[in-house]
Amino acid sequence: MATKHAGAAALFVKNDERAHWHDQALWFVRVKRDRAAQSLPEWETLRETASAIKAHTMSRLGDYLEEFERNAQKLGAHVHWAKDAAEHNEIVLRILQSHGVKKVVKSKSMLTEECHLNPYLERHGMEVVDTDLGERIVQLLKQPPSHIVLPAIHIRKEEIGDLFHEHLHTEAGASDPKYLAEAARQHLREKFMQADAGITGVNFAIAETGGFVVCTNEGNADLGVSLPKLHIACMGIEKFLPKAEHLGVFLRLLARSATGQPVTTYSSHFHGPAPGGELHIVLVDNGRSAILGSDEFRRSLNCIRCGACMNTCPVYRRSGGHSYHATVPGPIGSILSPARDAKKYADLPQACSLCGSCTDVCPVKIDLHHQLLAWRGEIGRRGLLPMSKKLPMLGLAFLLKRPWLYSLAGRVGRWFMPLVPRFLLYNPLNAWGRQRELPKPPRHSFRELYARRNQKPR
Amino acid sequence: MHDETKSRADILQSVRQYNPGPVEMPSLNREWIAYADRVQQFSDTLQFVGGTCVPVPDLAAVRAYLQNFEPYTAAKFVYSLLPDVIESTRDIAAISDPHDLEAIDLALVPGDFAVAENGAVWVTDRDLKHQRAALFLAQHLTLVVRRDELLDNMHQAYQRLQFEGVGFGTFLSGPSKTADIEQSLVIGAHGPRSLIVFLVG
Repeated sequence: MATKHAGAAALFVKNDERAHWHDQALWFVRVKRDRAAQSLPEWETLRETASAIKAHTMSRLGDYLEEFERNAQKLGAHVHWAKDAAEHNEIVLRILQSHGVKKVVKSKSMLTEECHLNPYLERHGMEVVDTDLGERIVQLLKQPPSHIVLPAIHIRKEEIGDLFHEHLHTEAGASDPKYLAEAARQHLREKFMQADAGITGVNFAIAETGGFVVCTNEGNADLGVSLPKLHIACMGIEKFLPKAEHLGVFLRLLARSATGQPVTTYSSHFHGPAPGGELHIVLVDNGRSAILGSDEFRRSLNCIRCGACMNTCPVYRRSGGHSYHATVPGPIGSILSPARDAKKYADLPQACSLCGSCTDVCPVKIDLHHQLLAWRGEIGRRGLLPMSKKLPMLGLAFLLKRPWLYSLAGRVGRWFMPLVPRFLLYNPLNAWGRQRELPKPPRHSFRELYARRNQKPR
Repeated sequence: MHDETKSRADILQSVRQYNPGPVEMPSLNREWIAYADRVQQFSDTLQFVGGTCVPVPDLAAVRAYLQNFEPYTAAKFVYSLLPDVIESTRDIAAISDPHDLEAIDLALVPGDFAVAENGAVWVTDRDLKHQRAALFLAQHLTLVVRRDELLDNMHQAYQRLQFEGVGFGTFLSGPSKTADIEQSLVIGAHGPRSLIVFLVG
């Protein structure tokens, strides 16, 4: 039986044209990233420095959390602490309700996706509008984002045309990106003007100053919080940097790694509430401190959510973000998700060929493919492998522990395989043979050839 | 309703269970990229991200440029923080609600400094105050930066930045944009549809 990821990926590749288009669209972003990275002679130094800053920050995270809280409060911000998604949602709702908010505009925040904030607020009667164009598209489609930087990368412009025709009354059949983006601009301008509150994510928070930085290209986060009086910023506790000067390193890495831009259009620094406004910062753990305690997986917390590992991943590009059935897909998601729920996401570390390309592009030098391999072991040890993996693994272990049996099986196989009718060999249990031809068995094994070579007189 | 004080204590305690001892903080004190011709680098990079750099000798030249710039000559609502260069079409000091800035056609705002490596200009709310929405509502944005305030890279930028009294500041690099529909670049997402940076001096 196929795992969840494999099953969903099989559906995705059924549409051959779309699967290839998706692959190419993401590879194009990867190429842009390469060009941007190569334009800086100090790129590798930046990556190493970023990784070292994170290692230091994590070693004293408790102190930096407290330092940030003190400084943010001095600036007049309210700081909240949430252990999990439920507490986070409750805090946000309480703030909104106490201000009589009905309409909220939101900029991109993977944390609020992780906490499923939107449906929660909607259940309590609020209108929540995602204002990033890609996020608005998937919101109208009632889908989760399929990529953390390019939320609608899996959708074709014709489909967006149909969607906007239905919701924004654009012309039927129109699919010109410029025309559709203009329609979204008008539609969302109205939402910005009506909003009672703005919610943003946080890219980086600075312990030394009590401020934080939000990066966008569209300007939606800035617009969303500069009109209403109330700004709520939601962030995971791993987003800290000790000093403002460290932003120099991270802002140089983030956009270049994400989209190949030299920097995002807006890198906005918020220190305290806007004049006459109110600022709430919600710090969320939701499993992060547990990851911090793990020697094996700690470094996954260094992630700055650039998406470079997704754009380069041969599995992600060919299976689509939704096949990961997790808030954060791709290589980094396949590490973070099982840390949250190993049983539910046991299949994800297997959705990987261990090619290591993710590790090569990661701007903060997370050893992604090593962690993915480590997760496979962990999932095996916890007994969470499905039978379709467990039984062959047990069989293989039995075989590989007994050299005589291995040798015998090889001999039998080489003799047997060419004789067996095709339908028996390519049976439903043979997942390898589903899209591939088995190799032609050689006449002699390596061992036989080696033994013969040693017998020959030199 | 959960107890936030308890959550705070629990999170801090949980975080502090990881205590590896001192881990060194790397130094940022090294040679970072520098450009022989900063203006050229800034101008090229700004163009790459969809903006335009216009080097001018003085503020009078900014005015002269704008008088031939269609978005300015056609503008009904001009928002200017540099009244010596061009005048606002409304008494902007009297505008207390940022929503009233929605119809800005063109804004002229000073930037503190610019960065050659990424085409960004540092703009704060020091003069904008409660009107920082003007930066994002304007259909067209024009910034003025002194040419001798052009830095090589972001490390230099953070060396000179201080945040005391700066509630809001942004590195602004090019006009607003999106590529969320099939990776096709569209300039003018929610914010300005064009950006000019005048380098003065």
